[in-house]
Amino acid sequence: MDINTKKLKKNAFRVSKVRGITASRIRVPGGHLNAKYLDVIKHIAQTYGDGTIHITSRQGFEIMGIPFEKMPEVNAAIQEIIDGMDINQEEFAQGYPSSGTRNISACIGNKVCPFACYNTTKFAKRIEKEVFPNDLHFKICLTGCPNDCAKARMNDFGIIGMTLPQFDAQRCVSCGACVRMCKRKSVEALKPSNYRPVRNAEKCIGCGECIVNCPTMAWTRSKKKYYKLVLLGRTGKKNPRLGEDFLKWVDEDSIVKIILNTYDYVKEYIDPNAVGGKEHIGYIVDRTGFEEFKKWALKDVELPPETEVCSPVYWNGIQF
Amino acid sequence: MGFILDKISADKFLSGLKDEYYIFAPKRFELGGIYSDTDAIRYSEINSFDEIVFDEKSQYSFKETILQISQTIFYFTEDQIKEPNFTCRQKKALIFLRNCDLHGLKRLDDMYLNNGPEDYYYKKLRDAAEFVVMGCENSFENCFCVSMGTNQSDAYDLSIDKQEDKYLITCKNSKLNNILLKAGASSSDVVPKFVTSNNIQVNIPDNLSNDVATSKIWDEYDVRCIACGRCNFVCPTCTCFTMQDIFYTENGKVGERRRVWASCMIDGFTDMAGGHSYRVKKGQRMRYKVLHKVLNHKKRHGEQMCVGCGRCDDICPEYISFSNSINKLENAMKEVTSNE
Repeated sequence: MDINTKKLKKNAFRVSKVRGITASRIRVPGGHLNAKYLDVIKHIAQTYGDGTIHITSRQGFEIMGIPFEKMPEVNAAIQEIIDGMDINQEEFAQGYPSSGTRNISACIGNKVCPFACYNTTKFAKRIEKEVFPNDLHFKICLTGCPNDCAKARMNDFGIIGMTLPQFDAQRCVSCGACVRMCKRKSVEALKPSNYRPVRNAEKCIGCGECIVNCPTMAWTRSKKKYYKLVLLGRTGKKNPRLGEDFLKWVDEDSIVKIILNTYDYVKEYIDPNAVGGKEHIGYIVDRTGFEEFKKWALKDVELPPETEVCSPVYWNGIQF
Repeated sequence: MGFILDKISADKFLSGLKDEYYIFAPKRFELGGIYSDTDAIRYSEINSFDEIVFDEKSQYSFKETILQISQTIFYFTEDQIKEPNFTCRQKKALIFLRNCDLHGLKRLDDMYLNNGPEDYYYKKLRDAAEFVVMGCENSFENCFCVSMGTNQSDAYDLSIDKQEDKYLITCKNSKLNNILLKAGASSSDVVPKFVTSNNIQVNIPDNLSNDVATSKIWDEYDVRCIACGRCNFVCPTCTCFTMQDIFYTENGKVGERRRVWASCMIDGFTDMAGGHSYRVKKGQRMRYKVLHKVLNHKKRHGEQMCVGCGRCDDICPEYISFSNSINKLENAMKEVTSNE
């Protein structure tokens, strides 16, 4: 058997522990798909694989037990899914053009969740269109609010929804719900003064608990959507760590630009001898220093005036 | 006798109205809902007919337009007090509301004007308001106005129904009539719309008495209710307020006294000097509210307080249904009378 493993990996297949057997990874940006594609996935699994599917930790599907020789047929069969999910492709019916930049994962967002501050799927799909088929090892994750159910802080780029609470004092009845819930569920950014809440802007993380709990709509959401961008969290053997806050109250356009800029930065500074040509961005930043990264990341980015930039950023994580 | 307004005459009518009135109506606040990417429908001053939401129920009632959520009663210095200027609005208010709400207005009047001395602050705004009833083509979710006898009211100055891009109007007020004629409204036979049936019916038992307080039906609300008070704040007939004296921080000798809406469901409503509260359990608060709405108000004022708008059901985050709690009363009465 003569198989180019580098090529098949880039094609979103896997070299498995069973000789001659691979698995096909299906991208599902934002973890949201039309249920009709489950039929396609089922068909592929039953026709070419072992009839089982693994739901991946990044919200894609891995169709298992596929013999290497079936890869062209699988690529032809997944075309419907690639088209249906509007995935950027280089050659028709040749499957996914790369695999390094992982599926953009997201929590369910404001389609369902009352706490979410934006449509995570929509933003995930926008990012997917912008970054794919880049093959560098980037992990991007979106979560609707600072609860971070999606574990955005375990990713290179974690995008956390925020809303800037608007207060109409004339609607406040001093019930205390906002102050109480901010303390119990969030960061205690509200304190009562003269019967009304006073918001500590430095503390506030934009979670929207005050808004959701206000019975008179004295607190409402900002029309503009805001995000927190947390950087360079990672799993892994060497030094796993949580992403740290980089930008607070930032906008969607700036985040997209920063991610794209980071591809340029990584191309410039990645270790030419990196194993498999892949290196977590965080290790590169450890080498170049944060300031160099920041210079590249913010190139031509016009941050909204309300954005707070945390600089320098330090990471801890687990050291061995 | 009535009028039909087309788009052009409606615009003229509205600009005529604006010369004479501040116009308050249910308006869509885009992205103004408590959840992300949702709208809110609540009262606001409006500047065109297009802003008025006819086909949905407002989440909050018209109440806030004449009974402000937070109202400064007076400002004080060391030896003087001064009334705020809002009590002499330069124009009258024209308030768009539903039939049930018009009955709700009567309940507010019961409480603030016909319940001992007249309330000076309420009366100021109330007397400076005229009312436009918006007909209901169909019953909305949770409405039970027919059961409460509040599905129709003739206590309006103007009635309005939206029919595609036209407005059907009847008018009882000579000033409004003149504005209509000036706007070029064409005469037509118009009968204001109102609903004659709801999906939800309630039954208030004839033998209902305060004895029902000892029933077990209230207990489930101890756990289900979160005491947020939304049911009170959206209600067109809840009238409770509390007082606050504010001392300005830069100079603690001056400040203001204001009154703000209060809720019998929220912690603190029954707090007394010494720290005791007499309705601690949420089920007991529910009992107090329900019996005020469908028993005790009637004893004093001859009509049930609740007008069946269903807004309390619409807004409850815990899906507690007020109409359903009323419908439990019959069995609850059986329960407490058989105990004797």
